[in-house]
Amino acid sequence: MAARKDAPSLPDFDVLKRLARDQLVYLLEQLPGKKDLFIEADLMSPLDRIANVSILKQHDVEKLYKLDNKPVVGVSDQLCFLVRPRISSVKHVAEIVNADKADGRLRKYKIIFTPQKFYMCETVLEEEGIFGDVTIDDWDFYLLPLDDDLISMELPEFFRDYFLEGDHRWMCTVAKALHVLHSLFGPFSKTYGIGRCAKMTYQLWKEIVENTESEIKPRQAEIGQVFFIDRDVDYVTPMCSQVVYEGLVDDVFRIKCGSVDFGSEVTSSEKSVKVLLNSHDKVFKEIRNEHFSNVFGFLSQKARRLQMQYDKRQGMDIKQMKDFVSQELKSLKQEHRLLSLHIGACESIMKKKTKQDFQELLKSEHALLEGFEIRESTTCIEEHINRQISPFESLRLMCLLSLTENGLISKDYRSLKTQYLQSYGYEHILTFANLKQIGLLTEQQSGETLTAVESTMGKLVTDKAVGKLTDAFSSLARKSHFRALSKRLNLIPRSVEEYDLKVPRDMAYVFSGAYIPLSCKIIEQVLEDRESWAGMEEVSRLLNSNQFATIERSVDPASSSSVQRVILVLFLGGCTFSEIAALRFLGKEKGYRFVFVTTAITNSFRMLESLFETHL
Amino acid sequence: MAFVTANWNPLGDVFYRKFALYSEWKLKEDISNSLIAAAPYGGPIALMTNESRKERSPSFRPVMEIYSSSGNRIVSFPWKSGIVVHIGWTTNEDLLCIQDDGTVLIHNIFGTFKRHFSMGNEVLQNRVMEAKVFHSAYGSGIAILTGAFRFTLATNIDDLKLRRFPEIPGLKCPPTCWAVLMEDRQTKIILATGKDLYVLDNASYKSVSPPGLGPQVGGFTQIAISFNYKWLALFTDTGSIWLGYSSLKDMLCMVDTNFQTAPKQFVWCNRPKSSNPTVIGIWDKLLFIAGRAEETIKFYLDEDVHLVPEIDGVRIISSNTHEFLHEVPPACQDIFKIASMAPGALLLEAHKEYEKESQKADEYLREIKEQNLLYEAVEQCIEAAGNEYEPQMQKALLRAASFGKCFISNFPPDTFVKMARDLRVLNAIRDYAVGIPLSYPQYKQLTIEILIDRLILRKLYPLAIKICEYMKISEFQGASRILAHWACYKVQQKEEPDDSIARAINHKLGDTPGISYSEIAAKAYDCGRTELGIKLLEYEPRSGEQVPLLLKMKRSQLALLKAIESGDTDLVYTVVAHLKNEMNRGDFFMTLQNQPVALSLYRQFCKHQEPETLKDLFNQDDNHQELGNFYVRSSYCNETTIEGRVANLQSAVDEYNKAKHEIAAKMTEDQIKLLRYQYRLQKEVGKTYLDLSLHDTVSTLLLESKHKQAEQLYKDFKIPDKRFWWLKIAALAEKGDWEELEKFSKSKKSPIGYMPFVEICVKHHNKYEAKKYVAKVNPEQKVKGHIIVGDLEQAVEVATERKNESELNTILSKCTPATDQRIVEKINAAKTQILKK
Repeated sequence: MAARKDAPSLPDFDVLKRLARDQLVYLLEQLPGKKDLFIEADLMSPLDRIANVSILKQHDVEKLYKLDNKPVVGVSDQLCFLVRPRISSVKHVAEIVNADKADGRLRKYKIIFTPQKFYMCETVLEEEGIFGDVTIDDWDFYLLPLDDDLISMELPEFFRDYFLEGDHRWMCTVAKALHVLHSLFGPFSKTYGIGRCAKMTYQLWKEIVENTESEIKPRQAEIGQVFFIDRDVDYVTPMCSQVVYEGLVDDVFRIKCGSVDFGSEVTSSEKSVKVLLNSHDKVFKEIRNEHFSNVFGFLSQKARRLQMQYDKRQGMDIKQMKDFVSQELKSLKQEHRLLSLHIGACESIMKKKTKQDFQELLKSEHALLEGFEIRESTTCIEEHINRQISPFESLRLMCLLSLTENGLISKDYRSLKTQYLQSYGYEHILTFANLKQIGLLTEQQSGETLTAVESTMGKLVTDKAVGKLTDAFSSLARKSHFRALSKRLNLIPRSVEEYDLKVPRDMAYVFSGAYIPLSCKIIEQVLEDRESWAGMEEVSRLLNSNQFATIERSVDPASSSSVQRVILVLFLGGCTFSEIAALRFLGKEKGYRFVFVTTAITNSFRMLESLFETHL
Repeated sequence: MAFVTANWNPLGDVFYRKFALYSEWKLKEDISNSLIAAAPYGGPIALMTNESRKERSPSFRPVMEIYSSSGNRIVSFPWKSGIVVHIGWTTNEDLLCIQDDGTVLIHNIFGTFKRHFSMGNEVLQNRVMEAKVFHSAYGSGIAILTGAFRFTLATNIDDLKLRRFPEIPGLKCPPTCWAVLMEDRQTKIILATGKDLYVLDNASYKSVSPPGLGPQVGGFTQIAISFNYKWLALFTDTGSIWLGYSSLKDMLCMVDTNFQTAPKQFVWCNRPKSSNPTVIGIWDKLLFIAGRAEETIKFYLDEDVHLVPEIDGVRIISSNTHEFLHEVPPACQDIFKIASMAPGALLLEAHKEYEKESQKADEYLREIKEQNLLYEAVEQCIEAAGNEYEPQMQKALLRAASFGKCFISNFPPDTFVKMARDLRVLNAIRDYAVGIPLSYPQYKQLTIEILIDRLILRKLYPLAIKICEYMKISEFQGASRILAHWACYKVQQKEEPDDSIARAINHKLGDTPGISYSEIAAKAYDCGRTELGIKLLEYEPRSGEQVPLLLKMKRSQLALLKAIESGDTDLVYTVVAHLKNEMNRGDFFMTLQNQPVALSLYRQFCKHQEPETLKDLFNQDDNHQELGNFYVRSSYCNETTIEGRVANLQSAVDEYNKAKHEIAAKMTEDQIKLLRYQYRLQKEVGKTYLDLSLHDTVSTLLLESKHKQAEQLYKDFKIPDKRFWWLKIAALAEKGDWEELEKFSKSKKSPIGYMPFVEICVKHHNKYEAKKYVAKVNPEQKVKGHIIVGDLEQAVEVATERKNESELNTILSKCTPATDQRIVEKINAAKTQILKK
C-alpha cells in the first residue's frame, strides 16, 4: 500500500502536549511548596503521556497516589487532586477532607478538574461542606495525541453519558477541544457531519468561533476539512470482531492510551512489557493496518531481513564494524526486540482465537452481516450462552444480530435474554434495559415484520411507542436500517472468495473482505466528488437525517488544494482501530490524509462494558 | 495678533492671563447669596439660593439650578428636602448636597435623584456646621465639621467608610479655618484655631508650626491647598501669606498683602510643573495674585465671583462672566512675548510673511535654520497651538508649524497630526451646546476615554460616537459602548411602548460587536419594564447571557429553555438548581419532564446524591419500567439482608407488571425464588451461594455432588435440557467423575448429541473416556470425533464407509510423518475408490 505521491503532510500535534504540560506545571506552581498528588485512576496513563514523574517531582510533587476509597496516609501538608469532573470523585475528595477535619488536621487542598469543572461538582463540594476548604482549578487538557494522526480526548464515558443517559455535558468540552484545533491548525474551510450530537457540537463550536473570531490571527491552515460523526450512526462496525492487527491487539490485550502491556505469554519471560504502539515503532508501523492473516508472513520476512543485516557483520573490516556498531546495531537491536514482541503477540492471539473457534465466529458474523442463515446464527448464539463461553462475545453477537435485523423477534429476544440471565446472573436485566435504551439490542415490536418496518421507516421517529420524550432522545437513532443501507452503499462486496487480503481493493479488507465499515463508507461517499450530501438523501434519511455540510470560507483552489485534503474526522462516542485502518487505506488510495479525533478509542468490549451496571 | 499679550500680566518672570471662556454668559442668580459649586475639568455648575442667610419661612423652597459651563441651564428644580449646608460635585459629575443632619443626597447632572446616604449618628446629633467635598485618587470624599467641633470623614462616597477623627483637647470654639489634606495616601485634616495649627489623622492629632513665620503672627484665617495636594498656603491675621509645601516642613515664601481681613476665597493657581506656584485671594471687589515674586497682580472686579480651581489655573465665575485665569504656558510665552526671538516666534513670523508673499519669510527661516532650531520651532508652534483657545490662533500656529515642517526632512508627523485631532475634539466640546471648556493640559489629564464618558453622561451620544470614530477608538471600547449607553437611556423613556423601543434599539445596534443586549435588558428590568427586558433579550445572540437575567426576572421556564439552547450544561444545571428551590416539587418535576436535557442532568445528580428523588421522578412520570430498574439496582446496592433484597425485588415485580413488561416480572420472580433457595441452601450447608447465577448455582451443586438439589433446580426453574446437559457434563468432567458421566450419558438420549461428551473428555485429557462416546456420535461428526480422540484409523474407516472425500482429506491433513504409513495408504486407496464411481 504505497501512498500516493501527492499526499499532503500532517500538522505536528506535539504542540498540544506541550500546551497541556505547561498549563499543568503552572497549576501545580499555584500551590507552592511540597505536595502530594492524588490522581484519578483513569487519568494516570494520559498524565504519563503529558508529564512524567520527574517533571512532576521538579514541581514539588512529593508523592503520587491513585485516588481511591482508601484513607489517606500521606504526610504532606498540601494535597492536590487531579480528577475528572465526576460526582463520585468529588465525594472521594470530600471524604478525605472531612476525615482530616475530624482529626483536627490542617492541610491545604487543591482540586484540579480536567478537562473542566462542572457546576455540579461545586454543588457537591458545597453539600459536603468543604467548598471553602479547597481551591479549584481547571486543567484544559482536552486532546491527547496518541500518534501522528490520532488524537484522543480520553473520555470513554462520553459514550454512555450521551447516548445512554442523554447527558449533554461533554458536548461543550468537545466543541472547545475542536476550537483549540481550529485555532492552532485552522481555519477549516469545509465541515460535514452526521448525527444529532454532531450537529449540536458543530453549532456549539460555531458559537465559540463567532465569539472569539477577532482574537484569531489569520494563518495558513493546516487542516482543511472536518467531518463530524456520531457513534450511533454506525453501531454495526464496532460490534464486529476486529481482524486488522492493531484492532486485534486491542481486542485481545486492550490498548490503553496508545500503549499495551504484553504479559508473560507474549514476552516468554516472567515480566510483562509495556510497549508504546505508534508509528515510531518501525515494526508495528508496517503491520498495524494489515489484515491479521498477512502479519505472520510479514513478520517472518522481516525477521529474515533483520538476520541478513546482522549477517553483514561477517566480512567487515574493523572500520566498517565500528560504524556498524555505532550506527546500525542499536536500531537493529531495538527492531529485533520489537519484532520478537510482535511475533509473541501474534502467537498468543492465534492461540486464543483458535481456542474459541474464531473462524466459526467470523463466519457467523459474516452471515449476520449478509443476512443469511439467521436461524443458525441464533442457535449458535444460544449455544454460546448455554456453554458460558464469554459474557461479552455472546452479548456482542446478540447485538450484531439485533442491529442487522432491526431487532430480535420477540420469541428469540425473550429466550436469549432468559438464557443469558441464567448463565450470567439476573442483575444483567439492567444491562439489557440499557442495551434496549441505547438501541443496540432491541425486540421487534409485535406484529412488525422486517418488511413492515421498512415500509414505515419514515414514520419511525414519531412512532407512538416512543411517546415519552425521555426515551425519544436515545431512540431517535435507534432503528437500524442496516439492510437497506448495506444495499444502497454496497457495504457487502459481492463475492468473498475472490478477495485477496494481501492486495486489498477496498476498505472491506479490514473485515476480511466481507464488509465495508458503514461509518467509513459514508465519509468516503461524502468526500468523493460531491463533497456534500447531494445524492445521499436516501442514506441520510435512513440515518435520521441529521446531516449537514457547510462551507466555512471559500478557498483559492489552486493555492491550498493539498491542505484541503487533510481531513479531520471527529468521532463522537469513540472509534475503533478497524475504522482508523480503513480510513488510512482510503487516504492512501485517494490522496487524503485523515486526522482522527475521537472521544476515546473503543471496541465492542469497551462499548458493552460501559453499558453494564458496573457498581453491582 | 499684535494684541495677544494685551491681557498678560507679569508676575516675576512669568505672565498670567485672564480671558473669557464664553462671551455670552449670564446667570440669573445672585452668586453672593447662593451656595455654588462647579465641577473641575470644565464641569457643570450648581447653584442654590442660600436659605440660611434669608428669613426662613416654612413655605420657602430653595431652587437648585444646574448650568453647563457654557451657561446653558440644564435643569432647575425646587428643593424639597432638608436644609443644605454645602454642595459639591463628585469626580463622576454627580451632585452632592450635604444637609445639616448629615444626610447626603446624590443627584445626577440632570437633577435626577440617584441615592442618599447618611454621614452617621454623631453627625445627625451634633448637626453639620461646615462641610467640604474633596477629590483624590480614591474618588470623591466628604469631610464634615460637626457642631461638637469634631470631624467625620469619608474618603470615597462610593465605598462609604465613615471615619471619626479624634478630638482636639481644649477646643471650645469652631476652628477659624480648615482644609482636607492628602499625605502619604492618608486623608488628613489641617485646622487652625487662633495661632495653633493642628494636623489630624485617623488616630491622632499633632500640633504643627510652619517654619519662617514671624512672632507677630497671632492666628491663621484661611488655608488653601493646591489641586494636587502638594502646596499649602496660610493667610495670617497680620495680612501675610505663607506659601509652602503641604508637609509644612518647607516654606516657599512669605508675601505681605496689607489686608487685615481674611480673603473671602483663597485658592492656588498653578500650572503643572510650574516653578512659580501662586495663590489667589479675593476681597470683595479685588482679586489678588501672589507668588514668589516681588510684585503681585491685582484685578478689580465688578461683582461677586466664585473661584473654581483647575489643575492648570482657576475658573472665575460671576453672574456676568465666566473666565479662566492661568499662567501663560511657556510655549505661548516664547512665541508671543514682545520682541521674542524664540524659534517658534520667528517661525510664526516667517509664515505670516510667507502668506503675504514677502521675501522676509525666507530671512526669518534662514535665521532659525542658522541656529539649527527649526525642529524646536515647529514643536513650539504645535505646543502653543494646543494652549490657545481661539481657533484662529490655533490655525495660525498650526499653519506655521506645517510650513516649518516642509523644511525639515522626515519630521515625524504624529505630534502635528495628534495635536490637530485633539484640537478639533477640544473645539467641539468647548462649543456652547456642549459646554466643556477643557484646556489642553486638563484634556490630557482627563483622557479621551473619560471625556467620552462625560459626553455619554450628558446624553450627547452622536457627538461621542463621532469623536470615537474620529479618534479611531476601537468599536468595542468606543461606539459599541456608547450605543449600549444610549440603549440603556432609551429603555427609560417610559412613554414609548415596549415594541417600538425594542425595535429602535435593535435597528440602531444591530449586531455591533461588543454590545451586550442582556445588559440593556437588565437596565430595562431595573426600570420596571420586564416585558421590554424580555423583548430585548431576544436580540441577545448568546443564549447563555440571557439566563441569569431571566432568572432574576422570574422567567425560570424561559431561562431553562435558553440555557438548554446555549448547550452549556452548567448553565442548565444552574437553572435547575434555581427551579428546585423556587417551585414546588410537583411543578418542578413536570417542568423537567418536558426538558429531557435538564432531566437527564438532574437524574445524573440524583443518582449519586439523592436516590430517593430519582424514585419520585420516575413515580411522577409513571415510568414503571425505570422504577422497576430502580428497585433492582437498590436491591443490589443498598440492601444487605435477604429480606431487604427480596422486598426490593418484589417491588420491582410490581412495577414491571404495571409497565406490562411481563417477561421482566417473570424473571424477577425467578430471581426471588433463586435467592430464597440459595439462602436456604446456605443455612443448611454453611456455604455461600448468594449472587451466583442459576447456571453457576447448579454447576456448583453438581461439583459438590449434590445431584438431588441440582435436579430440583433443573425442574423448578425449567432449565432447558440443552443447558442442563451442557453444564452437567462440564461439571462432571471437571470433577473427574467419569462414572457419573457415563451414567448420565445413558440416562436418556442426549439433546446436545454426544460430540460434547467426546470434547469435554479430551479437554480434561481423558482420551480413554472420550473413546467411549465416539461410537454414539452421529454419523456426520463421527470422523471428527475419531480425529479428536486421535484414532485416525477408525476415522478413515468411517470416512471410507461414508464415501466422503473431504473428510478423508481432513484426516490426511492431520497425518504427520510420525503417523503410520498404512493409514495414509488407506486414505489414498479410499479416495481413488470414490473417484472411480
